[in-house]
Amino acid sequence: MDVTGLSLSAAAALLRAGEVSSVQLTEAALERTAAADGKLHAFLHVDAAGAMLQARAADASFAAWRKNPAGGQPAAVAGLPLAIKDVLCAAGLPATAGSRILQGFIPPYDATAISRLRAAGAVFTGKTNTDEFAMGSSTENSGFGPTHNPVDLARVPGGSSGGSAAAVAARMAYGALGSDTGGSVRQPAALCGIVGLKPTYGRVSRYGLIAYGSSLDQVGPLARTVADVALLLGVIAGHDALDSTSLNEPVPDYAAALQTTSLSGLRVGVPAEYFAAGMQPEVEQAVRAALEQLRALGAVPRPVTLPHTAHALPTYYLIAPAEAAANLARFDGVRYGPRSAGSGLWEQVRGTRGAGFGPEVKRRIMLGTYALSAGYYDAFYLRAQQARTVIKRDFEAAFKDVDVLACATTPTTAFKLGEKVDDPLTMYLSDVFTLAVNLAGLPAISLPCGLDAGGLPIGLQLIGPVLSEVRLLQVAHAYEQAAGWQAPQLAV
Amino acid sequence: MAISQTEVRYIAELARLQLSEAELAEYALQLSAVLDYAASLNALDLAGVPPTASVLALHTVLRADEARPAMERDALLANAAETAAGCFRVPPVLE
Repeated sequence: MDVTGLSLSAAAALLRAGEVSSVQLTEAALERTAAADGKLHAFLHVDAAGAMLQARAADASFAAWRKNPAGGQPAAVAGLPLAIKDVLCAAGLPATAGSRILQGFIPPYDATAISRLRAAGAVFTGKTNTDEFAMGSSTENSGFGPTHNPVDLARVPGGSSGGSAAAVAARMAYGALGSDTGGSVRQPAALCGIVGLKPTYGRVSRYGLIAYGSSLDQVGPLARTVADVALLLGVIAGHDALDSTSLNEPVPDYAAALQTTSLSGLRVGVPAEYFAAGMQPEVEQAVRAALEQLRALGAVPRPVTLPHTAHALPTYYLIAPAEAAANLARFDGVRYGPRSAGSGLWEQVRGTRGAGFGPEVKRRIMLGTYALSAGYYDAFYLRAQQARTVIKRDFEAAFKDVDVLACATTPTTAFKLGEKVDDPLTMYLSDVFTLAVNLAGLPAISLPCGLDAGGLPIGLQLIGPVLSEVRLLQVAHAYEQAAGWQAPQLAV
Repeated sequence: MAISQTEVRYIAELARLQLSEAELAEYALQLSAVLDYAASLNALDLAGVPPTASVLALHTVLRADEARPAMERDALLANAAETAAGCFRVPPVLE
């Protein structure tokens, strides 16, 4: 049996039943990675030895439980090989955020999302590729070379969590963590044909996540099924005293909530602005077909309007770079990362940053610094924050009339490597359907809803009000079960 | 709005970024294009609209004032380019 093709939930069930061991699952994941990752470059660092140690520890915990069931059973994710986006710190493993400015950095601590998975007995096979500091939509901005889409090697996997999405789609891991500042979990999930969830802002602790845009960043899970994503979210969600923006709200049992599958009477808003000109026709057709599927399940689609949608992109590209310019000030070659030679502190700092950051990161630092600088703050940054308010109010008004919103995750399927890399504005447009959700702090999920004529995956995005993850997962699960899409054909 | 290379040089200095002449020229063009695009926000009537800095109603929370273990100093210094006497070492800031 090829265990790499199992869903995380199915592998967990076999592990619990004693039909496979974590060592077997982990060896299979590492073998698959060794065979496929030369072509994909999903991983920046593979920790085979560490993963095998964790796998043996997980098997020992299952053995102890079988011997003494009263001792409590291992958590649902125990023993399962997972991949971690390289913007999250895991103690003892390199963390580069896809940047040469952090080459050689080995954090001495775990991010909270990582320590929770570690406490639950998960196995970490390695750190995945990302656009540098999560700034990008294709992983082409990685300082260590791009990741390829496992469905078509000539195309991008999306980004910035492209390595995590490719690793999961290509069966190198059962699930992965990513981060989503403007779509960086949902967009690569859509382009690789898997499921990705961006939680409500504050639902998952950002402690140990290398910051990009702090008021927008959220850690989110990627996996091959909705149930798998629900399992992972249940582990990583919850209050954390180490993150002042972490929500102190109870964490529901997301996985158990999926047993409710009736969508009877569910009001699904269809925002006209998200069916815009310039969309690939097959993407629109697939999303409209998904809406009909939801209707067949008892849901009631109805048109809604989010009138300020067109302003989300410019608003995002002022706020996120401004926050990034402040966050990335810490990379000065003093406490971590390589340091450039130079006579005097400031020459060293300028040289370190000039040599260590790649073009897109420099561009956003420059843009953010400009927007925050004296004389331009009111005209750009303050104005963007006001625009953020009206964008957020659009959603609040819409959710008075509907339970969830449904639209495409991305306007097109995966584009070719190199196609947009020289034109920042065109690249930014690939996040046009995902950015507003971050500005409003809402949860959203992307899941497969078909393929285009070239066999490339299309993503359906469901957006809900604050802390509506249970509802989103229920709707996504019901659709997934009814639609029955198979995983796309892999090129590796 | 066109941004001059002089302005780009000034912004780079604020951001402590060493940029080549080619980068300065490129960023002058690209920043102008992005800021032109951002100027589309001027079409919005935002008079009296409060800014959103965070979607959360943030309030300060104080933890109990109890001593807790901190990370090991050596572990924190291990990633630094240069250390001395248990500190990060940098060139003199004041001449």
